[in-house]
Amino acid sequence: MQFMLLFSRQGKLRLQKWYVPQADKEKKKITRELVQTVLARKPKMCSFLEWRDLKVVYKRYASLYFCCAIEDQDNELITLEIIHRYVELLDKYFGSVCELDIIFNFEKAYFILDEFLLGGEAQETSKKNVLKAIEQADLLQESETTFASSCVKLIL
Amino acid sequence: MSDVVEKTLSALPSLLSLDSNAGAGKLSSTSKLGNLIRGITELTSKHDEEKLIKKELAAIKEQVASPNTTMRQMKEIMVRAIYCEMLGYQASVSYIHAIKLAQQGSVLEKRLGYLAVSLFLNESDEFLLLLVNTVLKDLQSTNLNEVCMALTAVSQMFPKDMIPAILPIVEEKLTHPKEVIRRKAVLALYKFYLIAPNQVQHIHSKFRKALCDKDPGVMTASLHIYLQLVKESPESYKDLTVSFVTILRQVVGGKLPMDFNYHSVPAPWLQIQLLRILAYLGKEDQGTSEMMYDVLEESLRRAEMNHNITYAILYECVKSIYTVYPKAELLEKAAKCIGNFVLSPKINLKYLGLKALTYVVAQDPNLALPHQMTIIECLDHSDIIIKRATLELLFRITNAQNVTVIVEKMLEFLRQSSNDYSTVDLVGKVAELAEKYSPDNGWFVQTMNSVFSLGGDRMQPDIPNNFLRLLAEGFDSVEEDRQLRLFAVDSYVLLLQGETASLPQCFLQVISWVLGEYAHLRPDQASDPGKVMRLLTRLLDQRHASAQTRRWILSALTKLCSSPVSIALARDVGERYFGSLDTVLRQRAHELMILSQDAGLRGRVLSAEGRLEHVEVDSSLSFLDGHVSEALAAGAAPYKPPHQRQEELAHEKALSLEPYGLSLPVSLSTCSITDRLTDRQSPTRLSISSSVSGNSTELSLKGGSTTLKLDGVKRVWGKEGYLVQQPKEVVEETPLPPTELPSPLGSFQSPVSQTQTASPGPEPDQERQQLASSLFVGVGTHHSVCLMGRTEAAPQRFRRKPKGTGSSSGTSEHSSNSSHSSSGTAAGNTLDSTTAATGQQISQHALGHPPVNGNPIVETPGPLPPVRDGGVAAEIPTGHTDSGTLADPNEDPVPVRPRDLPLISHLPAELSGLARSKLTTLCPGPDPGLALSSCRVYKEDALVLVVFVSNNSDSTLHRVALRFTSKQLEVSCVSGDLVEEVKGHSVATCQYAVVMMRASVDVELAGLVSYQRVPGQPRATPFSLRLSLKHFIRPLTVSTGEYGKMWLSFSHDVKQNLRLITAGDQSPLTATLDTLRDRLHLHVVDIIGSEGIVACRLLRGQPCLLHCRVHADSLAVWLRSPIPEFPDSLLYHCQKALAEA
Repeated sequence: MQFMLLFSRQGKLRLQKWYVPQADKEKKKITRELVQTVLARKPKMCSFLEWRDLKVVYKRYASLYFCCAIEDQDNELITLEIIHRYVELLDKYFGSVCELDIIFNFEKAYFILDEFLLGGEAQETSKKNVLKAIEQADLLQESETTFASSCVKLIL
Repeated sequence: MSDVVEKTLSALPSLLSLDSNAGAGKLSSTSKLGNLIRGITELTSKHDEEKLIKKELAAIKEQVASPNTTMRQMKEIMVRAIYCEMLGYQASVSYIHAIKLAQQGSVLEKRLGYLAVSLFLNESDEFLLLLVNTVLKDLQSTNLNEVCMALTAVSQMFPKDMIPAILPIVEEKLTHPKEVIRRKAVLALYKFYLIAPNQVQHIHSKFRKALCDKDPGVMTASLHIYLQLVKESPESYKDLTVSFVTILRQVVGGKLPMDFNYHSVPAPWLQIQLLRILAYLGKEDQGTSEMMYDVLEESLRRAEMNHNITYAILYECVKSIYTVYPKAELLEKAAKCIGNFVLSPKINLKYLGLKALTYVVAQDPNLALPHQMTIIECLDHSDIIIKRATLELLFRITNAQNVTVIVEKMLEFLRQSSNDYSTVDLVGKVAELAEKYSPDNGWFVQTMNSVFSLGGDRMQPDIPNNFLRLLAEGFDSVEEDRQLRLFAVDSYVLLLQGETASLPQCFLQVISWVLGEYAHLRPDQASDPGKVMRLLTRLLDQRHASAQTRRWILSALTKLCSSPVSIALARDVGERYFGSLDTVLRQRAHELMILSQDAGLRGRVLSAEGRLEHVEVDSSLSFLDGHVSEALAAGAAPYKPPHQRQEELAHEKALSLEPYGLSLPVSLSTCSITDRLTDRQSPTRLSISSSVSGNSTELSLKGGSTTLKLDGVKRVWGKEGYLVQQPKEVVEETPLPPTELPSPLGSFQSPVSQTQTASPGPEPDQERQQLASSLFVGVGTHHSVCLMGRTEAAPQRFRRKPKGTGSSSGTSEHSSNSSHSSSGTAAGNTLDSTTAATGQQISQHALGHPPVNGNPIVETPGPLPPVRDGGVAAEIPTGHTDSGTLADPNEDPVPVRPRDLPLISHLPAELSGLARSKLTTLCPGPDPGLALSSCRVYKEDALVLVVFVSNNSDSTLHRVALRFTSKQLEVSCVSGDLVEEVKGHSVATCQYAVVMMRASVDVELAGLVSYQRVPGQPRATPFSLRLSLKHFIRPLTVSTGEYGKMWLSFSHDVKQNLRLITAGDQSPLTATLDTLRDRLHLHVVDIIGSEGIVACRLLRGQPCLLHCRVHADSLAVWLRSPIPEFPDSLLYHCQKALAEA
């Protein structure tokens, strides 16, 4: 996979992950072009685009578009399922996810993505394992906060 | 789509309704990020947003700089910085702090720090170097979370040259008890493999261990590496086929834990990965393919549930089945499966069905027939992507009978499409089809007109070029040619009479050329000679015509001015453009003026018969030879090519405008500014110092400046004037089999009576049925079953006429070319039957040369170098091997051509396995009974020159001895210095080891063969051959460290810019270095970012190091060696190799 973009119906970028290095200028250009093309497409149209020399697979979930660029040899349908699996993961993690969750907690969305896809390849396809990894890291956060707050109390 | 997905879809909108409490609620109301986001949402204009973000970034800048900011606050700042970046604003001040956060923060802060780094930085970013230590520390941490984070970061981006620093620790993690660590380690290694394959070469065995890991997750991860490895060299991994098949069988059989199921399909990602690997392994390999038939069939069978994911597997499976060695039964099932895709009401599946069909019709056009109706529906689909895919499919099934309909559909699409990328692609395809299958002239010209007007100026330049060449070179029948040209002229005249503003420049140029060249074919040209002229003049004056186009038009006008009317017009035009600011235009206008005033000149230049004669262009300007050699003799400076001049000009200024890059401390301390200024090759970058020994620059100045100048020109001009050059090219091509000749027309018999193809499915309306019959006419039916490959059976209408028979075209070079190649093959054929035959005729024919004494292909455009007694003929064969890529060492092992056989079979056994050059004939001599041929064999430690002495007469030769004399070469005899006797019709071989004493570009090796036909009466014949530096270069295998040391110790350096080669998906640097490596036997030590280091050595001599760096679109090369002349000569060969590539 070359990159993944999440953007809203209004064309606002919500998340971007580039697996192949691109210059900032190029990133902006690609994003702008792609957002325009995808938003212009009608719901009944197919989820695949041939765009420049890449294949783009996109899917809309409520107000969010998930959009992946893959290479010529890659399987379009499985990419669609990667998107779906990611949505499932987000949904499970946030408990029925919505766009606002992703806007305000985008770093979490990134963490989940990093556990699921690494370097552009599916890293862990078992939903349970991905969530386990995330929870572990999060647990740490909570214990740390409680520890910190108890410290504060002690000092006071 | 499956029910599950549908359900999710329908449930989501309600969940995702913009209920402000849902997400925001989780965030504390005081959060700065929350405020920022809310602030932005409230804004209405882009301008306000910009202002707000500017303010935010200023605040961030202030906060990160403050020493009081805690890591915890820093984390919060980072989140905001990421947000700003996502909105498209640079938050570069925070980059360094992201690294700091990853370095110093607690686990949580570290996590965010790593995330920020991975989002902010590219893998080429120099900031990343600062992260190396942190990663190293975290990898060794006892905290699993930290190890995970470090591995995650490493698998996303890591500086390539720092991989060795952490590689051992990552390797170690492959045996970690935790599977998540093992998995991430495997993926990190995968990443390393992608960016620096040679760094992980030694751990391939560990990949195998990962493949056998008990955890399916780790095993899946290892498949990414294997997919890459197998793709690159399937041969090396055939032994793993059984393992992959077994794994796939287990997965398909549901042996994996339920966790890995996705919508109750077992591990689909794993399955697809395996199917792709199997496809690569089984491609064109029957044995391997047979091992996987069963499991492929099982995959097809098992994937039956109606869900997207099963379709994904099916699709991959079909692709694999069509890629591996075909098995009829499986193909049938796969074809049925494709049918399911195509007929599916779901648009995504339909699209993939079309894709799959496109993929398979190449093998069996019949497969498209059952889906005619669907294809026609898709052709009118509202979704442009589906339409485009359909056209792609149609393109593959085009033949002479349906070409008009299909091209019409394509053009229709092009008229609507606005996408540049697909337009350029499709226009090329239309042009290809038109040229291949055109039914008649009118259609062809019309179609090409559409191509030019739709394709515009973005299309591939070879489309207009091919078209013009086709018109110019013509076909078999003169009448046909005339008609086609006339058609084109008529249609262009018509076009020019209308509105021309909308026509692209490149079309206008085509029009001008054709009108200029062929307007005389018009019947009304005689009665109204000014008509075309007036049209062109009108075009010339229009504002939308570019300067380039105007030049074309003026050339056309020049060709047209023959009648009194047009002369008057021409004079008028000439006067108007006489003072044009564009120099080319002005020159053409001058020419036009002079031509219109001088009737005699007109008669000579524009005679009616002259059109048919091909103008011999002496591209080497040999008529100036005398003048040049006089000038040279009088002490003029030799010619330098423009790039070299520019280079030197740039050096003279000495002040480099390019910024200095990173430099090693040593270079800064020892480099004085004066050195830099006097150095003729002013370095653009101090990456490695040039002046460790104080006088190095001075020396290189002396050594370099004289030799280099000569090197660049030696090829064409010598002291004696023009050096024989042209014959080289001619001879070089002669031994080639005549592949370029088009296949004979008769090879294709297309049944015309195939208009009635059965169309299954529901009754479609009349119109569609008609369309179907016109689209699918002639498809498939006559290729009953052709599983392997596409049969190239096309009645090429516009076959190019075999060159050489033509009168109007085909240079003499070409004609001699084709006649030679045919004689070459004829000889080859004879050889097949009479391989055992000996004698001079065979060996000479075999080499593709006619008897050398009367060599007709030698055109000597200038005075010959008087050095060689052997004369012309001795020069040709040498040039032929030296100039051509065919004779290049990298092409080894040279496939044994039948024509080489008789002599090559005499090659000593110990040399036969080694790389060698082709045979060259050495010595014509006055004695037809004696023939000498030579061949270079590239041994690791020597260049062996094998000389074959063939005695073609009946009598025996006695005391055959070879003597070599050369100042620059040391020739020592290995065997056969003196052969007592060579019997009639037999061959003796002599071997010599040759060493170049002093590096130079080319060396002449003169020799003398002495022999006695009648004992006691010695005779001798001189001969000579040319050896080039590149024959003596061998790769020098050193490590980067050793290279660095050597670099500093060498004193002679030369710097030059070379051109970069672009090839496929490789980076230009890699492609260029690979070309150099292949052609010159260099060793690429390492490639780091935009720099590469390369090493080589002279046989039994000193090394030379190259340091290459990509700079804009050229390659700045810096060569260093202990001997002064080596870098210069090598540089010359590098230039040559790149120019030939």
